[in-house]
Amino acid sequence: MHPALQGLLTIFIGVGGCVGYFYFSNQFLDKVLFPASGPNIGRNINRANIIRPWLFLAPAILALGLYLAYPVVATFWLSVTDRDQGGAFVGFANYAQMLSEPKFIEALRNNMLWLIIVPAASTGFGLLAAQLTDRIKWGAIAKSLIFMPMAISFVGAGVIWKLVYETRPVDVEQIGILNAVYLGLGGAEPQTWLTIPLWNSIFLMIVLIWIQTGFAMVILSAALRGIPEETIEAAIVDGANPFQVFFKIKVPQIAGTIVVVWTTITIVVLKVFDIVFAMTNGQWETQVLANYMYDKMFRAGDWGVGSAAAMVIMLLVTPILVWNVYNARKEMR
Amino acid sequence: MDNIAGSKSSLTWVVHISVVLLVALWLFPTIGLLVSSFRTSDQIASSGWWKAMFPSEQNQTFRATDPDDDGAQSRDGELFVIEGNVFEGSPAGEISVWGTSSREISAYQAGKTADLGDGEMLTVQVNGDFRLTATTEMSGRGQRIFTTAVSPPDFTTQNYKDVLFTEGSGGGMAKAFFNTLTVTIPATIIPILIAAFAAYALAWMDFPGRALLVAAVVALLVVPLQLALIPLLKFHNDIGIGKGYLGAWMAHTGFGLPLAIYLLRNYMVGLPRDIIENARVDGASDFQIFVKIILPLSFPALASFAIFQFLWTWNDLLVALVFLIDSSGETTVMTKQIVELLGTRGGNWEILATAAFISISVPLLVFFMMQKYLVRGLLAGSVK
Repeated sequence: MHPALQGLLTIFIGVGGCVGYFYFSNQFLDKVLFPASGPNIGRNINRANIIRPWLFLAPAILALGLYLAYPVVATFWLSVTDRDQGGAFVGFANYAQMLSEPKFIEALRNNMLWLIIVPAASTGFGLLAAQLTDRIKWGAIAKSLIFMPMAISFVGAGVIWKLVYETRPVDVEQIGILNAVYLGLGGAEPQTWLTIPLWNSIFLMIVLIWIQTGFAMVILSAALRGIPEETIEAAIVDGANPFQVFFKIKVPQIAGTIVVVWTTITIVVLKVFDIVFAMTNGQWETQVLANYMYDKMFRAGDWGVGSAAAMVIMLLVTPILVWNVYNARKEMR
Repeated sequence: MDNIAGSKSSLTWVVHISVVLLVALWLFPTIGLLVSSFRTSDQIASSGWWKAMFPSEQNQTFRATDPDDDGAQSRDGELFVIEGNVFEGSPAGEISVWGTSSREISAYQAGKTADLGDGEMLTVQVNGDFRLTATTEMSGRGQRIFTTAVSPPDFTTQNYKDVLFTEGSGGGMAKAFFNTLTVTIPATIIPILIAAFAAYALAWMDFPGRALLVAAVVALLVVPLQLALIPLLKFHNDIGIGKGYLGAWMAHTGFGLPLAIYLLRNYMVGLPRDIIENARVDGASDFQIFVKIILPLSFPALASFAIFQFLWTWNDLLVALVFLIDSSGETTVMTKQIVELLGTRGGNWEILATAAFISISVPLLVFFMMQKYLVRGLLAGSVK
């Protein structure tokens, strides 16, 4: 069957199935199982109302359970078993093997660098952009242009920045803007930016910072606008200069939002895969955990070590997960 | 704040300039890609894209026909003559200077005649026509001519034709585009529906364990989908759907649900209680309330999530690699296609830039049209 037809059919079956499920299951509950008529009308309505939430929730719970909750358990199980031995339990052998691999240590080290630099830089630039654009008339346009990379795929961004970092031989004109600028500023010879260890990781991080700054800016700009005007006026009356107003009055008041932005970007960083996969594929010491895991799982076919790497990512996410749940529960009360 | 502290000072200018710089910095890389996608491979290779707006100088080397070839030389009175055009039918601009040795490629102005010794004379015109004359019959290899041509800014849409419609390596983006669309649309619509019902239950229905479920959704928001790859691929193989569209749709639905439920629930909780209670008093069932009241009122939140999910599925690489693309490669998506081009044709910037731009054009369009909803959604659910 033609994929377009299959797609249409899937939309039809998916949407129709959902609507049908919700409609008919409700009908069944109200008309057949606990009809709102007859001698037990009161009891029936109550019973129907006890069951109904679960009718509404069932498809979502099923999907969430199968696609997100179950895999956590299954991946943990895979990480303590060996595929080659028919899935026999091997304890923490996979983790031990992983820790002995230099590539893993390299990935861990790079991920730590990513975790420090990217959220900090994105939040910093975002805050700067938010503060600056809020003060000028054409700020809305500026914001939307800085926000734009959000819509671009990591792969697309990878191509965009690879052109920026492009290197040509010494005697040929440079077509990558970074090398052109570098030579223009008096650099001796063109550099192959993506092959210089440590620096190349920074160049990859720039891609993600470029994407995430817009996100930080949008959220922080809303938070800045929510600051009560009186606090700022009072500070100005007391003789504070613009920098003092910003750092001593505004920033403390949006600290909560800054933390949210920071943690959100942190999660994106932990999952970063496409950028490294597309631009260097972990060569020249740019490996990160997510790409290491993909390498192990789908190139080397080593599910045990791959799953162990995935569990490391999960472990790193867990503090943020707990913190988010804690906050969400606080809000609900 | 300008109105408060009377000093609309030099600081305002600093702010304007900083924002201009920031925007330029953020826009520059993308513009580079866009400009490059409209240039030929020769242009891309010979000058940076930022020079594309200006006339460009190109250096070329041309070798005239070997004098020993049949019919290469003609007689003109006393003289032996070789004539031709250094552009060979594809004019690349106007020649400004030329030369006959690689050390002195700009020795002569266009239109001037050079004395090459032994009675040989060479003239190169602005349009590329050259005339080599000699008093005795010439022999050996053809004369080399180094030219410097100035060509006006020139853009082409040929790259787009090549990348979209030419099959084979580099081509066939049209198919990948189409496949991406096939993945994206069902993967955007289906989770919305499932999530909307669940969100309504979590927002407006009372039942034991509700708080726990909300907490679970918040927790699942950040679970890395990396964990899901192998277990779910095994599951898909076990139930017989293997790799393909169905698996990709299901995976995207599962991975998109937490954000969908979270966003929609937060929005629905904020809807006015009166409307819902009144409808209940009037005897509407939960199903009716949901379909007739909640769903239409929640349109902004639905739109927000739809945009998120659309961008996410359109831009996705990992899910497509694991759940969709089988060894036949028939179902390849654009992101995968681009990664492949990066690997095999990393130097062919005209193909890469064009392919990448085709893939990012749709999200950019959606972004600029629906930015309002995107921002609203971000503000409502900045957790993922």
